[in-house]
Amino acid sequence: MRDQAHTNQSLNRGRTTGVLCSDALGWLFSLRSMPVLTLLAFLGPVLAGLVSTLLPAFGYLPVIGGEELSFKPWAELFSHPALPHALLNTLTSGFAATIISLILAIGFVSAWQGTKSFQRVRTILAPILAIPHSALAIGLAFLIAPSGWIARLISPWATGWEMPPDVAIIHDPNGLSLILGLVIKETPYLLLMMIAALDQSEANQRLCLARTLGYKPVAAWIKAVLPIIYRQIRLPIFAVLAFSLSVVDVALILGPTTPPTLSILVLRWFYDPDLSYRTLAAAGAVLQLFVVIGAISMWCLGEVVISKASKPWLINGRRDLYESLVSAISKSAMKLIITAFLGSFTVILVWSFTRRWRYPDALPSVWSTQSWGSNLYNLFWSSSTTLAVGLASSVIAIILVVACLENEKRRGKSAGTGALWLLYVPLMIPQVSFLFGVQIVTIRLGIDSSWLSIIWSHLLFVLPYVFLSLSDPYRCQDDRYVGIALSLGASPARAFWRVRLPMLLRPLLFALAIGFAVSVAQYLPTLFAGGGRFSTLTTEAVNMAASGNRRVIGVYALLQALLPLLAFSAALGLPAFVFRNRRSLRGI
Amino acid sequence: MLSDTKNNMNTYHRADAPKHPIPLHLQELSLKLRGKPLFSDLNLKINPGEITTLMGPSGCGKSSLLAAISGTLSSEFSVSGIICLGDFNITTLPPEQRHIGMLFQEDLLFPHMSVGENLSFGIPFSVKGKKARAELINQALEDAGLSGFASRDPATLSGGQRARIAVLRTLLSQPSALLLDEPFSKLDVELRERFRAFVFRHAKAHQLPTLLVTHDPDDAQSTGGRVLKMSDLNN
Repeated sequence: MRDQAHTNQSLNRGRTTGVLCSDALGWLFSLRSMPVLTLLAFLGPVLAGLVSTLLPAFGYLPVIGGEELSFKPWAELFSHPALPHALLNTLTSGFAATIISLILAIGFVSAWQGTKSFQRVRTILAPILAIPHSALAIGLAFLIAPSGWIARLISPWATGWEMPPDVAIIHDPNGLSLILGLVIKETPYLLLMMIAALDQSEANQRLCLARTLGYKPVAAWIKAVLPIIYRQIRLPIFAVLAFSLSVVDVALILGPTTPPTLSILVLRWFYDPDLSYRTLAAAGAVLQLFVVIGAISMWCLGEVVISKASKPWLINGRRDLYESLVSAISKSAMKLIITAFLGSFTVILVWSFTRRWRYPDALPSVWSTQSWGSNLYNLFWSSSTTLAVGLASSVIAIILVVACLENEKRRGKSAGTGALWLLYVPLMIPQVSFLFGVQIVTIRLGIDSSWLSIIWSHLLFVLPYVFLSLSDPYRCQDDRYVGIALSLGASPARAFWRVRLPMLLRPLLFALAIGFAVSVAQYLPTLFAGGGRFSTLTTEAVNMAASGNRRVIGVYALLQALLPLLAFSAALGLPAFVFRNRRSLRGI
Repeated sequence: MLSDTKNNMNTYHRADAPKHPIPLHLQELSLKLRGKPLFSDLNLKINPGEITTLMGPSGCGKSSLLAAISGTLSSEFSVSGIICLGDFNITTLPPEQRHIGMLFQEDLLFPHMSVGENLSFGIPFSVKGKKARAELINQALEDAGLSGFASRDPATLSGGQRARIAVLRTLLSQPSALLLDEPFSKLDVELRERFRAFVFRHAKAHQLPTLLVTHDPDDAQSTGGRVLKMSDLNN
């Protein structure tokens, strides 16, 4: 009797665990699990990478015999002769690039919002953002170097130079060309973020109101609109600051060299043939993280001070704010940025088809396709890798993001601002600070230098941008369309595939193109996760940038710039073609 | 007069639909938004072919009531009570199994589909074969005076034409009841009367229990049926 009861009980228990298991499995493959799985897929490696960087920074790296925790790497780091200057370079270029970009973006929006030039600039922003930082940096170097295109165009008649002068414009010790390179990319980014924020808030009404109270455009914008939209562009600003402080590829191409910025110094130590440098590098990588955290904290402090100090100024009733000066400076700066962008692109194109270009001729004397032809094999492989990794990571990102957003829709809840902060984590933590750790983890798991690790590492950076780009259109879609489809008898799946997704085709493709562009631009993740086995157009272009062979660099940089541009053209062109007979979806 | 229109009209019936028209029956229906009651213990029976109007100012929960009946209510709301079609309790069914047609202020034609594709989306899967489906579509378009519009882009149609297509799409899905969420309020006066007559005529011809919510007394009067005030329902 007791035995029987016992068996019954255990049978029951067996059944419950069975039910629990199938529940758990059901959950795992359901839409509800997607946000958690997505966060794990994407924060897991970052955290694992950070920890695996932190341990070697305190001397724990069994591979080279470091099995005890110590402060030795830190002592070495702080006594390293290059460190103080490298830190100074990092901070000045990082802060200068961010502040200048922000001021230019604010100045331009405030003086020109609502005008025709504003619309024109808006349309050219997208391609500037699409092109990888490193391609632009290479083009800029070809443009402004003493032997660059600008010098050639004005020599010898204006300068008297028959030979390139021996001045350091590229790699200048103060990092000015690095700052310029960053400003060209970051100003359009901040501008776009501001425009997006403006579209969401009641900014235009406030602007109109301030104008009717007699405020001139710049004063009206800065006093009435900026304080509201600043909160929305705060995370993008932090991302720009963090990026500028820790950038690797642009700094390799344009940045100072003796000493370089901190991230480059750390990278050099990581790749030093002497393995004992690894712990020093890890300590440097952790310091890089603290530099970014410290810089963002300082920025926050600055925000508090400025918002306190500007209170009386906001309400002092003054209705103009150097109006003509701001509009003149911001417009010429924007023109300069656009010219630099177009010039960089053109000079890459020209060099890639150059056979012979003597200094100081304005144009090549002999053109040829030789640089393309003699590198076909390498070009084919690095383009295919770029394409494969870019497509794989952006498609995976789209699937995860759509699953998360669809889950939101069906559960009727949207993720809070906390989730937004989490999304920005991989964009704010310096790449050198966790990618080394990621490499250690992948080696331990036996998946280093594999497609899995390279695609996954790209996904960490692709996913946030895809989410940021898709979340608004997805959340704003009128749910009554799906509701109608359901009450017409369509299953949820049918409503999703036949109504929800086709109507979102344009933003979906746009997010895909953004993801692809982000992946194409990745340098450090490809280097660390690919373990040297994979070369993409970006790694080839950046690695060759120091070689001085402008013809070949031009070929790689051009392809590197063209792939994302093609992706964006397809993202705009495909919906226009598919919906050519559907007026309300045709878009532009 | 009524029976006359009925004879001239094409009506569509689902294979799995009840043989005879059935009433829509709401029993002690209560609706809460994040714990705050919008209305409680609503009892309402609408017979086949009857059009009942529910009036009230915007924001009083009219649209939420319709969403509750059609099953498309967002999860911030909680519903209690029973919704029946005839003897069939549909309270917990997903929207696609309720067979309740909805019309909104906006036509909500799918912008990525042609007029014909929109209509075909509504026709049940049980109607097999391209030809049979195309025939239904053409018949419906003819009924509405829109012959030859099947391949048109909805965005190129006038507001009145789009509204009629939306009605046809709903009717072709062979619903058992019809819910109207102020579908006339965006049309101008003249068009409005004609369209109203069009909708009511079809609702009656199909013997559909129909619930109209509106804040326009004109709409209410034109149904010739019962008129309830939302404020009377709140207790």
